[in-house]
Amino acid sequence: MNMNKLRQYTGLEEIVGQLFVIRNIHNAGYNEIVEITEENGNIRIGLTLEVGEGYAVVQVLGGTSGMSLKNCRVRFKGKPLEFGVSLDMLGRIFDGLGNPIDGLPAPVAEETMNVNGMAINPSARDYPENIIETGISAIDVMNTLVRGQKLPFFSGSGLPHDLVAAQIVRQARAEGEGFCVVFAGMGVKYDTARFFIKSFEETGVLDNVIMFLSLADSPSLSRLMTPRFALTAAEFLAFKKDMHVLVVLTDMSNYCEALRELSTMRGEIPARKGYPGYLYSDLASIYERAGRIKNKKGSITQIPILTMPNDDITHPIPDLTGYITEGQIVIDRELHAKGIYPPISVLPSLSRLMKDNIGLNKTRDDHPALASQLFASYAKTKDIQAIASIVGEEELSSLDHLYLNFGQVFETKFVNQGYNERRTLEESLEKGWDIISILPEEELVRISEEQIKKHYREKR
Amino acid sequence: MAEIIGKIVRINGPVVQIRCDKSIKMLDMVEIGEEKLVGEVVRLKENIAHAQVYEDTTSLKAGDPVYSDHMPLSLELGPGLIGNIFDGIQRPLEMIKKQEGDFISRGLHVQALDRDKKWHFVPLKKTGDRVNAGSIIGEVQESSLIKHKIMVPPNLSSGILNSIADEGDYTVDDIIAELDIDGQIQPLRMFHKWAVRKPRPYKQKIPADKPLITGQRVIDTLFPVAKGGCVAVPGGFGTGKTVVQHQLAKWSDADVVVFVGCGERGNEMTDVLANFTKLIDPRTGKLLLERTVFVANTSNMPVAAREASIYTGITIAEYFRDMGYDVALMADSTSRWAEALRELSGRMEEIPLEEGFPAYLPVRLAEFYERAGKVVTPGEQNGSITVIASVSPPGGDFSEPVTSHTKRFIRCFWALDRDLAYSRHYPAISWIDSYSEYVDDVKLWWDVHIDGKWPEYRYAILDLLQKEQRLQQIVKLIGADVLPNTQKLILETCSLFKNAFLQQSAFDEVDTYCSPKKQFLMFKAIIMFHRKSEELIKEGFEIVEIRENPVYHNLVRMKTRYKEDNLEQLEKFVNSIEEQLQQLKK
Repeated sequence: MNMNKLRQYTGLEEIVGQLFVIRNIHNAGYNEIVEITEENGNIRIGLTLEVGEGYAVVQVLGGTSGMSLKNCRVRFKGKPLEFGVSLDMLGRIFDGLGNPIDGLPAPVAEETMNVNGMAINPSARDYPENIIETGISAIDVMNTLVRGQKLPFFSGSGLPHDLVAAQIVRQARAEGEGFCVVFAGMGVKYDTARFFIKSFEETGVLDNVIMFLSLADSPSLSRLMTPRFALTAAEFLAFKKDMHVLVVLTDMSNYCEALRELSTMRGEIPARKGYPGYLYSDLASIYERAGRIKNKKGSITQIPILTMPNDDITHPIPDLTGYITEGQIVIDRELHAKGIYPPISVLPSLSRLMKDNIGLNKTRDDHPALASQLFASYAKTKDIQAIASIVGEEELSSLDHLYLNFGQVFETKFVNQGYNERRTLEESLEKGWDIISILPEEELVRISEEQIKKHYREKR
Repeated sequence: MAEIIGKIVRINGPVVQIRCDKSIKMLDMVEIGEEKLVGEVVRLKENIAHAQVYEDTTSLKAGDPVYSDHMPLSLELGPGLIGNIFDGIQRPLEMIKKQEGDFISRGLHVQALDRDKKWHFVPLKKTGDRVNAGSIIGEVQESSLIKHKIMVPPNLSSGILNSIADEGDYTVDDIIAELDIDGQIQPLRMFHKWAVRKPRPYKQKIPADKPLITGQRVIDTLFPVAKGGCVAVPGGFGTGKTVVQHQLAKWSDADVVVFVGCGERGNEMTDVLANFTKLIDPRTGKLLLERTVFVANTSNMPVAAREASIYTGITIAEYFRDMGYDVALMADSTSRWAEALRELSGRMEEIPLEEGFPAYLPVRLAEFYERAGKVVTPGEQNGSITVIASVSPPGGDFSEPVTSHTKRFIRCFWALDRDLAYSRHYPAISWIDSYSEYVDDVKLWWDVHIDGKWPEYRYAILDLLQKEQRLQQIVKLIGADVLPNTQKLILETCSLFKNAFLQQSAFDEVDTYCSPKKQFLMFKAIIMFHRKSEELIKEGFEIVEIRENPVYHNLVRMKTRYKEDNLEQLEKFVNSIEEQLQQLKK
């Protein structure tokens, strides 16, 4: 058997894009590593996409440019793609395939793990708890982030999602012990990568960050592996080393593009907008690697960032992501144009895990009702604004005017805050009460009478 | 036992092609490679069989052996189902965790039912009794809520009991009876096997006439479902499908709940599991876990097992129906199941139709929904299965294939609305797009148990809501101020109805469950308010005056102000509405 692993083959049948077909081979396993050696000794890594009797279809992770049908030797390694992980990865920068690119030697591996990971047994999962205080009112009060949650940013090109993500990373480290960040950049521009490195440096978290960068010019197939390497590192840190890991994945749209490209090349039947039918399962294999496990101290929290093509929330990428993740934070172009930072549109945003992690003994007893009331009142404001834009503000009742005023203050005083401003949850809640008190008491039907008595600001 | 039937010739994701030396049937189970990964034969062509594999196929090689014992994919049905959590092909996840740790590895062969656990068996028949297929021969108190009836498997012929065990403790493997079928002795155990894709037989279907009480006002009062009916719950992401499913699993008055998490989030299953081990059923005072079976195939578990999980769920539901129970099957989400079909179909290179779905999608959906219903079982029991299936249409577009085909096979439709969800109006069930064809079927039940006025009030309020919808269009153009007072009142009543009645918090202790009695009183209160106000307005009163009346404030808060044990107070209030409003005239 061992002889097979050493056996090398030459002579490819066909090369198409990043795939090649090789025949007259034995013992190629599905989804396993292939090592391709060129004449000059250069080694590339590939994966088997399909195997059959005496043939295999291989995808080359580094791209096929320079390969010819004759000049390379192929060896089937007989194992899936693995990554050597260790604590020394902290503070280091890797490419999309786990090779260091910061000029230092590769860290000595404590353990090698299959990058595809394994599904967490649903009965071994522990329900996420303990909120992460991000210091941003629109998130903390209205779309609370919880440890072990996967909460994506739905953004558009040109919007400041990177700033918001960097602010969260900076401000969320509050609860100290064992906190670290795994950053995966897929098809991002070098500028974006540099922005994050700089931002981590300035705040002194860089030593607690592992970066995986597959920049815009790297082959699309390595983009597909980047989040898998990053999450393998995160799983090691969270479940073997008891750390609280925050994983930032940007930009998932680039990942999906790469997946579509590969699928088209293989001639698969597309589902919506040319994306493969298994896009959902594939995204789930990434997002579902967040969470907590019973009797383990660590956790993996994911913040995937994606840019919605044409700001369309029904596009397959945000759509399928929203079906898997536990909510979403929507970055809004209109608010951004008004100069509001962070331009978080609270109505379409949602945190599914918020309900069980706020309120009495968790945050504050009035938190759930206040959040619900802010949502309802702000939604009503939006309706009134729509009417006002047609009939004119003069036609509105005095109550409607109060609503318009409320909406205005809500956006400029509550949602709006500085890039370096860190509000405690207490401050954010009080601010929420200040603003909701613009409306008359009878309008606050989602808040109980006792809480109104306790917190409502009487008009002077 | 399992013999080698052939070798792998090609692997493409979860679909494996096998060159068979021995004959093999469609839907036979196969075990693939040295690790014996579980798969199922889905296509035969000459001597090549295609199998869909329920586990990750990484590292399989061409030439690896394939085994089969020529049995279809089957479930083990017997004591030990209740309170348990299984994967899509009925492998017990707790047991797997004990053996394998926190992550699910491959090639696991764990028996679904615990072979060591002893159950207290009580015989209900005696030696010499003639029994038929489906006859109940004994029972086991499986949980504090469920008496598990031990039945003659429905695929056997009738015969005479040659022997039956005395009352006592037995494992599921012990033979508890011997059946003499025309001289052939058939041993019976407390469990039997049943192929998941084969519906369990029944004597006849009977009309569904009782509502499934869910404690959710918008459902019970406006869009009820009958026990034995089918409901679809479509909605884009974030519209609260899962919360609706959870609420129904918690509060519906079914005897047994089968909860299928099909391709959904891992944390959601954790949430349900954690909740059900704590929550008390309001009707019985027992833990909800004592009546629930879980099937969990989360989105990152293999796609072929996701396809099977729906069948696993409905087969378990049929088994409990055969005991004479009312079973509710929650399937969250059937779209993920349809997508699994699509993915497997694509891997088999079948010709796709709309959005890549295979041509047989509607047939599969119909087969599934037809397994619901109220029936007379082979053992002469009345049992029912209510299917509550969520649908996740891409982009929230209800015209997509899965939603539109599903609509053909269901009779109740709870459409979840994104705008309602954005303003945190939950449950976000749209009163305009939803419908129920069960209203006439359950009318009698309301008449007998609650009040005969229910259908009349229901139509009155639906009519108002329709009118309001049209008025809102006008308001958007010219503002509300120009409307006559009677029309303003319609807006006012509908807004009150939405806030005070339709909106119901799943996380509020009092509001999470609302009994039909309380629902009706609240419903009546709003109708009374509207009718009296209409009268007053015709006499020249202004809406503002009516709003300032204490009645209005009480209506707004009645859902939390009057608890279930305080319904006389609510009734008193409802009866006083007219009089209190009359005060305005003074």
